[in-house]
Amino acid sequence: MPYNVKQVMSEKPSRLTSGHRMCAGCGAPAVARMILRALKPEDHAVIANATGCMEVSTFIYPYTAWTDSFVHTAFECAGATLSGAEAAYKSMKKQGKLPEGKDTKFIAFGGDGGTYDIGLQSLSGAMERGHDMVYVCYDNGAYMNTGIQRSSATPRFADTTTSPAGSVIPGKMQERKDLTKVMVGHHLPYVAQTLAMTNFKDLYEKAEKAIYTEGPAFLNVMAPCPRGWGYNTEDLMAMNKLAADTCYWPLYEVVDGKYKITYKPAKKLPIEEFLRPQKRFKHMFKPGNEWMIKEFQEVVDKRWQELLDLEEMTNKVEE
Amino acid sequence: MGIRERLSGNEAVATAMKQINPDVVAAFPITPSTEIPQYFSTFVNNGAVDTEFVAVESEHSAMSACIGSEAAGARTMTATSANGLSLMWEMIYIASSLRLPIVMSLVNRAVSGPLNIHNDHSDAMGARDSGWIQLFSENNQEAYDNFVMANRIAEHEDVQLPLMVCQDGFITSHSIENIELIEDDKVKAFVGKYEPKHYLLNDKEPIAVGPLDLQAYLFEHKVQQAEAMKNAKKVILEVAEEFEKMTGRKYGFFEEYKLDDAEIAIVCMNSTAGTAKYTVDRLREQGIKAGLLKVRVFRPFPSEEIAEALKNLKAVAVLDKSDSLNAAGGALYEDVISGMYQKGLQVPTVNYVYGIGGRDTKSDDLEKVYNDLAVIAKEGKVTDPYRYLGVRGDK
Repeated sequence: MPYNVKQVMSEKPSRLTSGHRMCAGCGAPAVARMILRALKPEDHAVIANATGCMEVSTFIYPYTAWTDSFVHTAFECAGATLSGAEAAYKSMKKQGKLPEGKDTKFIAFGGDGGTYDIGLQSLSGAMERGHDMVYVCYDNGAYMNTGIQRSSATPRFADTTTSPAGSVIPGKMQERKDLTKVMVGHHLPYVAQTLAMTNFKDLYEKAEKAIYTEGPAFLNVMAPCPRGWGYNTEDLMAMNKLAADTCYWPLYEVVDGKYKITYKPAKKLPIEEFLRPQKRFKHMFKPGNEWMIKEFQEVVDKRWQELLDLEEMTNKVEE
Repeated sequence: MGIRERLSGNEAVATAMKQINPDVVAAFPITPSTEIPQYFSTFVNNGAVDTEFVAVESEHSAMSACIGSEAAGARTMTATSANGLSLMWEMIYIASSLRLPIVMSLVNRAVSGPLNIHNDHSDAMGARDSGWIQLFSENNQEAYDNFVMANRIAEHEDVQLPLMVCQDGFITSHSIENIELIEDDKVKAFVGKYEPKHYLLNDKEPIAVGPLDLQAYLFEHKVQQAEAMKNAKKVILEVAEEFEKMTGRKYGFFEEYKLDDAEIAIVCMNSTAGTAKYTVDRLREQGIKAGLLKVRVFRPFPSEEIAEALKNLKAVAVLDKSDSLNAAGGALYEDVISGMYQKGLQVPTVNYVYGIGGRDTKSDDLEKVYNDLAVIAKEGKVTDPYRYLGVRGDK
């Protein structure tokens, strides 16, 4: 059955309920809701969450916004925590110790801080051990929960509170880590990069594949942050679209080592389109700083070309 | 009536784990506890247990996985030592605050630095305020027996706290001694099934675990933890009584060795108690009224009971196999004298920090302590209570 956003929204009620305290214009809850909609209604889920904005806004004692089972332990160990729950499921199911009923799926959510940085080891270990789970990174490109500090996911030149755009050092000086590729290097059954674009089709379909592919799966989902990025809250979906149309955040998946780019913009927009609406890049548009935009564009182009090459190379049919 | 065997302390713990057949074990190797996950993964891979063994990539992940697993509803165990416990630090507090009865074998070793793989109690002492029940074991038999009793205590509905069974690295973990094992079916019946009331995998009742817990609630939740630790005292004794009926082996909060009529006594934990018993016997032959109090239950701390047991002594030495580096005295010492103070007791009590980094402690060393105690008993006071035993340059 072809994807129909209206049908999905009406037939699958949100499993992350309203009343949570995420900011207006934040990308993360929209992402989480859509990913959970990819669960079959009859399935149960155990959701793990790294400490971060999402956790502290959705489960403040004595309230929870999660309708499935949910566990939060600490910042750096959503991967390990969920791997323990998954091992428990395997063991208890095998021994007939669970109530006869639903299947349980395991989904972890972590921000880029809890995933690219402090939680990288825990994620890597959980994926390598082959637990049947999905790890979702909602990447907003900085430690937003503690007040917008740079992470290894922060793009070069971004103004953050630990990489301020100063008069000598103009923002973060390092390029961002390509975590999706790091996860591809784990040779997982399913790795994908996506975001919530227009009708959420790409996100929904990848979530469904990730959840229902046996074994470990990784989703890297860009989730804009109005506080950290400095865009108007109503422009969330426009930011997502611009990230895809400039190829800043390419949408692709890797299955059995084969790359498939799932969105190729008809017209690749210049990177300024993505940078200009964001206050964190404001200094890049000052006279004399044209080199920053130029270098930013070069990296986007290089990484996009590399992806095109990988797609071609891994799908080549042997003569 | 029991199975006579010869096992090392690590083998004894691994055997208890096999008999208990937990749902999940998550562990990372570290000397001297490495053998436990090694033996256990052999049981798993040969089908001797139903357990899922999670070979995690660090101790932090070991404890994280244990928390995820126990919260999911599975009986879960781990083993570690020293720096392994240090790396778990953040997570052991989370485990106890979430009231998850995870059982750990802690094979005591000096915490770095500098790096040292040998026995002292700095790892366990560092975790003394983490909300874990801590049982100490003199030898392989006690490590085994404590482990068999562990789940019953930790999982009790009035307790629901994680528990660590401590034993001395290498000294007992790697020494092969005679041991009396309990038959598999008896262990199984004694430990019983784990039936948590609420757990993540119950699809009929989804739950949320590990909230953001702010000013309005955290304090009350911490008090509940403290109450559970108080409740553990009663449960520990009840379980010990039942265990005695099954095995004939008696356990309490502590063991009193020739303490009834003693005038001077040592208080210590783990394997040093064996050496102390030998020393007491030797001194008794000379007509010296020496005794020993071996602490088995360090958390919850049987403060009143220990003070009561020591009240008639003329002098006491508390031996700490860990230095608190606080310019005042070791952790066990301070706990013991606090209990005495509460009871208004004025027994002169001295502290010896000893055995750091695996420094051997011989019966001659302990005899020196008893000799010092004889002097203190005569003088009726202690002027320099914070002392070292067996360190070069010591007077």
